[in-house]
Amino acid sequence: MIHKFSMNGVNVVLDVFSGAVHVADDTMFDIVDTYENSSRDEVIKLFGDKYSADELNETMDELDELRKEEMLYAPDIYENAIDFVDARQPVVKALCLHIAHDCNLKCKYCFAEEGEYHGHRSLMSSKVGRAAIDFIIKNSGKRHNLEVDFFGGEPLMNFDVVKEIVEYARQQEKLYDKNFRFTITTNGVLLNDEILDYINKNMHNVVISLDGRKEINDMMRPRAGGQGSYDLIVPKFIKLAESRNQTDYYIRGTFTRHNLDFSKDVLHMADLGFKQISVEPVVGTPDTDYAIREEDVPAICEEYERLAAELYERHKKGGEGDFNFFHFNIDLTGGPCVIKRLVGCGSGTEYLSVTPEGELYPCHQFVGLEGFSMGNVFDGMNNFELREKFSKCNVYAKEECKNCWARFYCSGGCAANAYQLSGDILKPYEIGCELQRKRIECAIMIKAKEFQEEQLNNED
Amino acid sequence: MKHVKTMNTSMLKNTMAKGGCGECQTSCQSACKTSCTVANQACENR
Repeated sequence: MIHKFSMNGVNVVLDVFSGAVHVADDTMFDIVDTYENSSRDEVIKLFGDKYSADELNETMDELDELRKEEMLYAPDIYENAIDFVDARQPVVKALCLHIAHDCNLKCKYCFAEEGEYHGHRSLMSSKVGRAAIDFIIKNSGKRHNLEVDFFGGEPLMNFDVVKEIVEYARQQEKLYDKNFRFTITTNGVLLNDEILDYINKNMHNVVISLDGRKEINDMMRPRAGGQGSYDLIVPKFIKLAESRNQTDYYIRGTFTRHNLDFSKDVLHMADLGFKQISVEPVVGTPDTDYAIREEDVPAICEEYERLAAELYERHKKGGEGDFNFFHFNIDLTGGPCVIKRLVGCGSGTEYLSVTPEGELYPCHQFVGLEGFSMGNVFDGMNNFELREKFSKCNVYAKEECKNCWARFYCSGGCAANAYQLSGDILKPYEIGCELQRKRIECAIMIKAKEFQEEQLNNED
Repeated sequence: MKHVKTMNTSMLKNTMAKGGCGECQTSCQSACKTSCTVANQACENR
């Protein structure tokens, strides 16, 4: 199976099952899909008006060579790898701790209902936090690296408990030969120098939330009294990013159908000096005015192309304007193994969320939804049927993924988004898929342009 | 080759043999967690 596309003046041919990515000239780009299942004569008959027979034969010689090396038209040999995944001992390696089901912002698109998660306002106690650490250590088998994300609501509203949990985990990791990596996700409202210092000393990664331009951010991310949050948080975020040497953090935003020109928001953040930027489409039900609609997809795809072209130029130029856009990051020469690519995020199995009361859910997006409770951190998991269902959630279990070229890059998408929009974790959210495919193409385009340039430099 | 240049030579199938150790970072794909693809993740077992 191949996928080909042209963008920003470069032709890309992706061989799905080998993972090989080729930059093709126009002749090869035109014939590569036809030649997979056609004879030379058929190709010459079809393309003879456009190219000479010699040119076509020479190109097909090269295609044959790639085929022989299994870098083109490679077969799908991965479905059996699922058996390996099924045979693995289930372990938990990541927890999302809902430190506070409360928030000091009133973001209009919040899936957590402004922090309350279909329940009531509450804060996690250190007793629950410590039990969560015990739970992950006990259930992590031989895994050495464990992740804990301090999430909310807004975790800084309960920061003393964050510190107690970190301290406890640091003691326990020595006893059990584990390595905890902590992340905190914050809106920045309560950020101060003392908290910043603590975060820099203890958190492997920090995710800070800003939607971009002031008017865009303040429209969707107002404070409790209705006033905007931009002026309050931006100076603190700039300080945070600088104090972390512009690495190991992400400033992340959400775009909605109110700002389909979101590349301006990304570039606004870049121009503020941020180097690690992530901006994603909102996921909302069709009854909301901000949700992305099918009719918005072409405009969003064009916007991604514009952003990718600009990012490529900024990479090339380097210096102050250059930045890293998370969703255009791609590692074509390494990256994770195919097993990881098949199973994706591991929600409900390797990754669980913990409510302030200690209840377990498949992930933060399922918290509070009826039928998705999986047990609690004191007594352990009890909903093995649900775990089984999530453990079978891989790209070969999803009809839509079976024919999708992007399956090894997105690994089947978000189960929660699928459930939210279709009522089934195995039925991917189509708009999300369309945008994901576009982002992958953009990411590969940037790599391909850089590759072409390198080749040219080598020839010189 | 004249008509094509290949950008990468590391093949997906070669990752089957040693793959699946699970030490890599969790890859949340929801819009609120900033980890949208697995394709940019590092392998911890190289």
